[in-house]
Amino acid sequence: MFWQQLVNGLTVGSTYSLIAIGYTLIFGVLGIINMAHGQIFIFGSLVGLVLITEADMPLGVAFLAAVVVSAILGLILEYTALRPLRKKNVPHLASLISTIGFAILVEEAMHKLFGADSRAVPVSLGSEMYDLGIVQVRGVDIIILAVSVVLMFVLHFWINRTKMGKAIRATAENNETASILGINTNMVIVTTVVIASALGGVAGCLIGLAYSALIPTMGLNLGFKGLAVLILGGVGSITGAMVCGIILGIAEVFSVAYGDSSYRDAVAFGLIILILLIRPQGLFGRKV
Amino acid sequence: MLEIRDVSTSYGQIKAIRSISLDVPQGKIVALIGANGAGKTTTMKTITGLLVPDSGTIHFEGRRVDGLKPHQLVKAGLALVPEGRAILGQMTVQENLEMGAFQRNDTAGIREDMEKMMSWFPILKERLNQLGGTLSGGQQQMLAIARALMSRPKLLLLDEPSMGLAPIVVSDIFKTIQEINREGTTVLIVEQNVKQALKIADYGYVLEAGQIVLSGTGQELLANERVKEAYLGGRKVQ
Repeated sequence: MFWQQLVNGLTVGSTYSLIAIGYTLIFGVLGIINMAHGQIFIFGSLVGLVLITEADMPLGVAFLAAVVVSAILGLILEYTALRPLRKKNVPHLASLISTIGFAILVEEAMHKLFGADSRAVPVSLGSEMYDLGIVQVRGVDIIILAVSVVLMFVLHFWINRTKMGKAIRATAENNETASILGINTNMVIVTTVVIASALGGVAGCLIGLAYSALIPTMGLNLGFKGLAVLILGGVGSITGAMVCGIILGIAEVFSVAYGDSSYRDAVAFGLIILILLIRPQGLFGRKV
Repeated sequence: MLEIRDVSTSYGQIKAIRSISLDVPQGKIVALIGANGAGKTTTMKTITGLLVPDSGTIHFEGRRVDGLKPHQLVKAGLALVPEGRAILGQMTVQENLEMGAFQRNDTAGIREDMEKMMSWFPILKERLNQLGGTLSGGQQQMLAIARALMSRPKLLLLDEPSMGLAPIVVSDIFKTIQEINREGTTVLIVEQNVKQALKIADYGYVLEAGQIVLSGTGQELLANERVKEAYLGGRKVQ
């Protein structure tokens, strides 16, 4: 039972990690929390789902479409809600509000286009069970875990080793310094927003597979979970987002398994409050 | 090489520099001196594109460059060593240097320049994998200069390179600046350390309350009564 729940927690948690990485990347270069992140990637994932149910597209195509649509929405967010405000040099709170506005628009668009009801994911992908001795794992759990972990490793390598990754870190540390070194910081910001949204799109698809359903309002809920992970891990820390997403996933699953499912969020968020009381800067955050 | 004509820049309502004109000829060292708040850093930020001037023109190598973005000016051949050094503290010394060469794609040339910086500043070689934030002030200043040189600039702009450094380190930094100039890089330096700056400068400008009030060769300015009085701790006129 314990090991079984641990695997479940890892699976759910790894998708939270992907969501939180999106927040932390954007916070890094822009210094704002993108309140539209959840809505953006659920929109993308719903487009993918509709392609499967209405147009009989194969899963691969739908997956790709979900990621691309999320990335494009991220791009639109940058050009309509973020860049115009940046040019005017307004306080960061203004762009926080404009992302909330964007979130509401995307949410309404989802209701209009896809309806407010839950949509079942008709994919029988990975429903077979694998017996690994102490645990039994669904094929889909293995897929989710593998995709998330591989993506996180690739991202970690990309951020730390490539020229573009280093430019993102330089911009995150100091926008002005990055620009006088010859880095086109606007280009870096566009790249970051697109990557963050695309990662969200992947997470949305994996969550759809895990729960076999997608609902437009999931964006808000999952967005809050991603935010909680962001704060828990330390704002701006990619490692923090990775590790703490998994911590939150495991905490949730265990509170359901050994407690009461209606206390799931209470236990998870209670744990976050407790950790923040001890380490206000987050588990991997730096003291300011 | 750099021609600034009647440039004014303001922060909101406050005019920080008013109708400044100055020239930096190729191959020379030009110093811009003045007290705190005279507008020195504003001038540097305007030249490097961090601030956009309200009026006036800036030409670099005959091409009009005011209004260009900072990264475009780096491409044009300008490099700034900013006030307070602005080292990327969460990145290693090596990564700081790599970022200095961001606009370049000649891997071999970059490696060659990296070697050159190591020989000019041996301390950086020892600290290559250390985070920039762990260096001392003097080491950070050397890193900031080396990082700016990694873009192979035609014109190097230095904003208060002596700030907060021990006198012995300051004279090292000034020697290095002269050496860089001898190798063919034109230099514009902004300083509060007037004596040191004018000693190495071919030409100097004095900035007061956002306006240029005096200019001349380094020697002329060093001998000037007004400069002596205001910046070199000379006697008060009886």
